[in-house]
Amino acid sequence: MAGIIDIHNLDVHLGRGKDAVHAVRNVSFSVKKGESFGLVGESGSGKSTVLRAISGLYKNFTGKINIDGKVQNQHKGVDFYKNLQMVFQDPYASLHPRHTVDQTLSEPLQIHKLDQVEKRIRTALERVGLGLNFRFRYPHQLSGGQRQRVAIARAMILEPRILLLDEPTSALDVSVQAEVLNLLTELRIEYNLTYILVSHDLAVVAYMCEQIAVMNQGQIVENLSKDQIMKSNATERYTQQLLAASKGYDRDAAGKLLQF
Amino acid sequence: MKTEKTLSGWRDWLLAETPESALQARLSRIYLSWLSFKRNPLAVIGLLIVVFLVLIAIFAPWLSNHLPTDQNLADRLQPPSSKYWLGTDELGRDIFSRVIHGSKITLYIVFLVAIIVVPLGLFVGTTAGYFGGITDKILMRITDVFMAFPRLILALAFVAVMGPSIENAVIAITITSWPPYARIARAETITIRHSEFILAVQQQGASAWRILLKHIVPMCTSSVIVRLTLDMAGVILIAAGLGFLGLGAQPPSPEWGLMISQGRQYLLDQWWVSTIPGIAIFIVSLGFNLLGDGLRDVLDPTNN
Amino acid sequence: MSLIQQITEMYTPLLNVENLNVEFRNHAGKSIHAVRDVSFSLGQERLGIVGESGSGKSTVGRSILSLIPTSAKIKANKIALNGVDLLKLSELEMRQFRGNKISMIMQDPKHALNPVMRVGDQIAEAFRLHNRIGRAKAKQKVLDILNDVQIRDPERVFRAYPHELSGGMGQRVMIAMMLIPGPDLLIADEPTSALDVTVQMQILAIIDDLVRDKGMGLIFISHDLNLMASFCDRILIMYAGRIVEECRASELSQAKHPYTKGLLACLPTVENSDQKLTTLNRDPAWLE
Ligand SMILES: Nc1ncnc2c1ncn2[C@@H]1O[C@H](COP(=O)(O)OP(=O)(O)OP(=O)(O)O)[C@@H](O)[C@H]1O
Ligand SMILES: Nc1ncnc2c1ncn2[C@@H]1O[C@H](COP(=O)(O)OP(=O)(O)OP(=O)(O)O)[C@@H](O)[C@H]1O
Ligand SMILES: [Mg+2]
Ligand SMILES: [Mg+2]
Repeated sequence: MAGIIDIHNLDVHLGRGKDAVHAVRNVSFSVKKGESFGLVGESGSGKSTVLRAISGLYKNFTGKINIDGKVQNQHKGVDFYKNLQMVFQDPYASLHPRHTVDQTLSEPLQIHKLDQVEKRIRTALERVGLGLNFRFRYPHQLSGGQRQRVAIARAMILEPRILLLDEPTSALDVSVQAEVLNLLTELRIEYNLTYILVSHDLAVVAYMCEQIAVMNQGQIVENLSKDQIMKSNATERYTQQLLAASKGYDRDAAGKLLQF
Repeated sequence: MKTEKTLSGWRDWLLAETPESALQARLSRIYLSWLSFKRNPLAVIGLLIVVFLVLIAIFAPWLSNHLPTDQNLADRLQPPSSKYWLGTDELGRDIFSRVIHGSKITLYIVFLVAIIVVPLGLFVGTTAGYFGGITDKILMRITDVFMAFPRLILALAFVAVMGPSIENAVIAITITSWPPYARIARAETITIRHSEFILAVQQQGASAWRILLKHIVPMCTSSVIVRLTLDMAGVILIAAGLGFLGLGAQPPSPEWGLMISQGRQYLLDQWWVSTIPGIAIFIVSLGFNLLGDGLRDVLDPTNN
Repeated sequence: MSLIQQITEMYTPLLNVENLNVEFRNHAGKSIHAVRDVSFSLGQERLGIVGESGSGKSTVGRSILSLIPTSAKIKANKIALNGVDLLKLSELEMRQFRGNKISMIMQDPKHALNPVMRVGDQIAEAFRLHNRIGRAKAKQKVLDILNDVQIRDPERVFRAYPHELSGGMGQRVMIAMMLIPGPDLLIADEPTSALDVTVQMQILAIIDDLVRDKGMGLIFISHDLNLMASFCDRILIMYAGRIVEECRASELSQAKHPYTKGLLACLPTVENSDQKLTTLNRDPAWLE
């Protein structure tokens, strides 16, 4: 238990009454400092929910979330958010449509009452490879990849040590995806960041992550190393099926898929 | 340097794809809205009417050739002439001057209603929509109660209790007008409260009030402004209605509704006494309506 | 597919697009030529369109349905579905077509769903638009459809609001809605970008069966090159509004155009994880 992030027996219930969902069941994992941890699995299996619980967006979880050795309770101080930031899936929905890039980037600085606003915004834009001439644009004047860069800049401007990435490239085309993945890799090395990355693209996860957890129906069914993914070497049936399906579409195989 | 800019230089500056300052970004946004606004000729007419009304109100003392309350019983009920451009009323007051000075009252009412109704509606609506649950239930039930009464009746009851005056008329109009704004703001808030850009600021540790004020309210303002402009015709009509019934402005105020009411005995023989302020009300209401329609095309996000 | 089948299909295309041009005008009055001289025909097959963001893929799909802002200009020699020229239809007739003959799965599922209406009611509404059946029956149908698209507890999802669904569930709801009318032509704009590979495969199998058994035509827009190569019959590659290359899906990896090669080179693989990914170097010559 020496990780920067330690999750122990995490359970999340969402919704009320008969529509309550046990979205995350007894999930435990640990991420070391500077490591990149991948989360894959069935659609609706609770990956985003795990990230949201860690990030403080869902308050009603049970179990332990330790970050940097500190137990996270349900009520978080402002400092918590400074250390840990999240990048959302949809670059078209995650920027306020009526705020310029400048406003978007200065908002976290104001919330955390940081000084040197001007300098921080300039460096943040530089770091994600956007020139200063993007500073006063509105989101509708940016392409998908540029938006995702702004979203990453917004997360990085607080100089967090942990980034939670919820499908950061699934809405982007392959060349922009390559740009964003390169950027994330550079930032990780430069600032010794820790990532948790959710993605459906096993190639992306294998490219980015050292450790990968596979989720199904709210549970982690298997932990894999990069090496195991490379060799398609999994023990659980669900994971085997997932790895096989990632090879491409096959009508006959589709008919034989099992539900887990 | 900027003072040397030619007209087309300014245009290019406003349409620049890469604004260099926050000011330029904002102005450019406004300019783009203006460009699409001015493509609608009716909207431009509406805007002209409203601007015209404001100018008249500002320059009323210089535009009118008589004092609005100056009586001249020798000249009562004169038809339009070179001395009295739009005739005189039963007390020999110049109708042209009265209509011009009446515009100040109309604007005063419109202005007061706007600055009370908009913040109130936005506050109730966004709070209800954002927090949801019991807060939402309570606030929306209150809103429903106010909506359940017909507007004029509620306004009448209020003024009857509080006593007739312009200020009370404004308060009466306000309490009957805010509920739709709360509804609009709530609907807008509900559609965006789960969006990722709101989650993103939550995840930065912003307080609920900060999110409401800086992130949700700006998303509601355009539909609220559109609604407000379209409502203004109604507000003017209700104010005039209250004036007409003797429950708003009091004589000798040149309020348009009151003027119609006082002239109605002479409608058949001296038609101008009532008709002129009536036309004024009609034109101004029309102006606000046209402007509102035009703004809706430009501002309402559902249209893009 | 046999050669003979392919040849016959070439002569009786389901959809025929000839010289499609679309021009947008932005607020500032500048025009954007989003689609340039695009021609293709589609039989009862799976046609893929790939290309980088902004290359005009969605615009091609939307112009077939005339879902383009009125300020934009569409020009084409013809856009014919089963011999009917869609450009000559009135707005009303087009709406009929849109409902029954052509369906489009939009790129952005969460935006296409009404955020304040229950998911089940939205699908049921779509269903009752096409079939005269009662409420209870419609509900049963909706539950069946949700089940078909691999939603685990249809009852709950029926009552859920869009924000209570995961990204991939929202996408599957959209797909379910678009399959209801049993269209002749389905335009799917990145329909599975938020789905994991197994669910994606099952959804694609449903669409695939419609193509094979019901003779539906499919236009499949995506930037997942590997998926395209294995799922589609033919692929069009678009760059800056033009079709720069067309190839059989199975031969995508041997594509000739430098742009297509460039896209393929951007893909991350397990093997290259210690290297920087290649990005695209755009060559002005590709615009010719
Ligand atoms: N606000 C909510 N209220 C109720 N249920 C919810 C809510 N958000 C998510 N859920 C449910 O929780 C489950 C897990 O959702 P989650 O978004 O974590 O899945 P996911 O693994 O991220 O899936 P995807 O890959 O499709 O995005 C789903 O069944 C979903 O319906
Ligand atoms: N309503 C519109 N008004 C003005 N320009 C538009 C409009 N819709 C699309 N465009 C422009 O047309 C071009 C093609 O857009 P389109 O959405 O077809 O791209 P795409 O290939 O689908 O990209 P993506 O992969 O990002 O979805 C882009 O340059 C875009 O900015
Ligand atoms: Mg998710
Ligand atoms: Mg598109």
